[in-house]
Amino acid sequence: MKEGRPRSFYVLAVFFAAYTLFLYGPMIAIYVLSFQGPQGGLTFPMNGVSTFWIAKLFQGTGIVDLGAAFRRSLLLGVIVMIVTVVLSVAAGMAFRRKFKAQSILFYSAIASLIVPSIITSLGISLEFRIIDDLIKAHWNENFETSMGLLTSGLGAHLTWTLPFGLLIMFAIFNRFDPRLEEAARDLGATPWQTFRHVVLPIILPSVIGIGLFGFTLSWDELARSSQAIGAVNTLPLDLQGLTTTVTNPDIYALGTVISAVSFTVITLALGTIHVLNKRQAAKGSDAGKGLV
Amino acid sequence: MDTSEDILHQASPDLVRGSETARRSKAARLSPSFISWLQAGPMMLVFLAFFLIPLVFVVIVSFWDYNEYQLLPAFSGRGYTDTFEGCIAQLPELCTIGKTYLMTLKLCFMVWAITLFIGFWVAYFLAFHVKSKTWQMGLSLLCTIPFWTSNVIRMIAWIPLLGRNGLVNSGLVKTGLINHPLEWLLFSEFSVVLALVHLFTFFMVVPIFNSMVRIDKSLIEAAYDAGATGFQTLVNVVIPLAKPGIVIGSIFVITIVMGDFITIGVMGGQQIAAAGKIIETRVNALQFPAAAANAVILLAITFLIITMMSRIVDIKKEL
Repeated sequence: MKEGRPRSFYVLAVFFAAYTLFLYGPMIAIYVLSFQGPQGGLTFPMNGVSTFWIAKLFQGTGIVDLGAAFRRSLLLGVIVMIVTVVLSVAAGMAFRRKFKAQSILFYSAIASLIVPSIITSLGISLEFRIIDDLIKAHWNENFETSMGLLTSGLGAHLTWTLPFGLLIMFAIFNRFDPRLEEAARDLGATPWQTFRHVVLPIILPSVIGIGLFGFTLSWDELARSSQAIGAVNTLPLDLQGLTTTVTNPDIYALGTVISAVSFTVITLALGTIHVLNKRQAAKGSDAGKGLV
Repeated sequence: MDTSEDILHQASPDLVRGSETARRSKAARLSPSFISWLQAGPMMLVFLAFFLIPLVFVVIVSFWDYNEYQLLPAFSGRGYTDTFEGCIAQLPELCTIGKTYLMTLKLCFMVWAITLFIGFWVAYFLAFHVKSKTWQMGLSLLCTIPFWTSNVIRMIAWIPLLGRNGLVNSGLVKTGLINHPLEWLLFSEFSVVLALVHLFTFFMVVPIFNSMVRIDKSLIEAAYDAGATGFQTLVNVVIPLAKPGIVIGSIFVITIVMGDFITIGVMGGQQIAAAGKIIETRVNALQFPAAAANAVILLAITFLIITMMSRIVDIKKEL
């Protein structure tokens, strides 16, 4: 190949830059607009700069009861994150050996990822309605509903986050060196010790990645929540409800607050991954690197 | 006891006793298949309870009857007949459901073509032109971060740009290119396609990039050495080897757009009919069997598309 960069590099670099601008430009626009002055409208130019709309949101005088929806989404996100991490790591370990029902689990995960969300959501809502009807008919006439944030809502979110978790585990173990475990076994470690002191520290950065996916996908989830969340709304559902009646920049303010949480979580997770990787590189074995 | 242990027994009786203890403690441990069940079981249960059984209920309920208030658990084809109402009587005109699916497929095709084009070149740039691993990581991350933020916010984000008084319109009016603001920029098919491309090109970039980084660079050098032009290398080497990623990305994008009702709702100003939106409308009207019947139809069509595409490539081998 020729020395230096070919012309196609510059063409594609410009293309990539344009794509990045396309990705981030509009988002940045609404973050800026959420700091509109009190008289400001929905579009540029800015009519003064203030935190009026964001403050209004936190006073609870605005469009939604931010506090309650915020806490609900946060709670659900954290639970989804924990369950996703634990179940994905466990199932990922299982896939390293052959076991019965392996392909059933694999295809369930893939199907769960690509079956349109509205169908999964409708199915869960029907399932819970039928359970409710059964309880009402046979046990308790005054029973309200078994649908809710942490029953049907949690389940709906997991059908979306678990496939990502499992696929990330596949990627991890594709490049995992099983000789490390053999060495641990040869030194007399029990299977649990091998996992706890050898496997887990090595895969930890990627496991944090699974947690990142688990939380952010749940925090922003909409399509699956739509039918399956029960009586209460999560933050994204409130936000979507506002899009039809939007007149003030408070919708941007809400968007900015939701994004701030996402970006905080992303930064924390990526920072931790970075630190862990660095530590692994520093403390890792120098085997095979020569004598000097 | 096999012969080697016999010999050992004669030589040193204690040794064999030791091997027996080891064997016993191994038997007391859990069998490997039981451990596998313990590890994979919880995830399987979640999919069973919240995905597989719900799908079965969708199919069952699609054959139930309904009135204005409730589900009636009695066999009926009403969910389907209501859906296809007038489809034969109106021929050769398309009935509502026919028009809706035609619209959905049209959106699907446009979004697929655009995301494939953008996704392919973004992945190509990352895989072949970015040489340093650090830069490759950083730029991939740059493409991924928006995926971790809210879809609704990324839709709303277009309003200040495309609205009647938005940046694009005011810019165009100021430069004198147009006299009146363009109405078709927002709450139109255009804005739906734009938003879908904006949201879901990511699903095309990742699998194509994955296929491309696995391509052995010496194959491309060999093609150059054999005198192939850049274009010939692209068509005869890169594209065939990136095909699995292209197919997987296409499956993602097509199934997402087929079932989408939120983006089409928000960006279409709730005016554009689509396959996913019918289901939502029926649910809001509490007509669950009709909603379920539409879900079954959507599922069947999606499944058909996936089967056709996965003929081209074995998904399981690629992951």
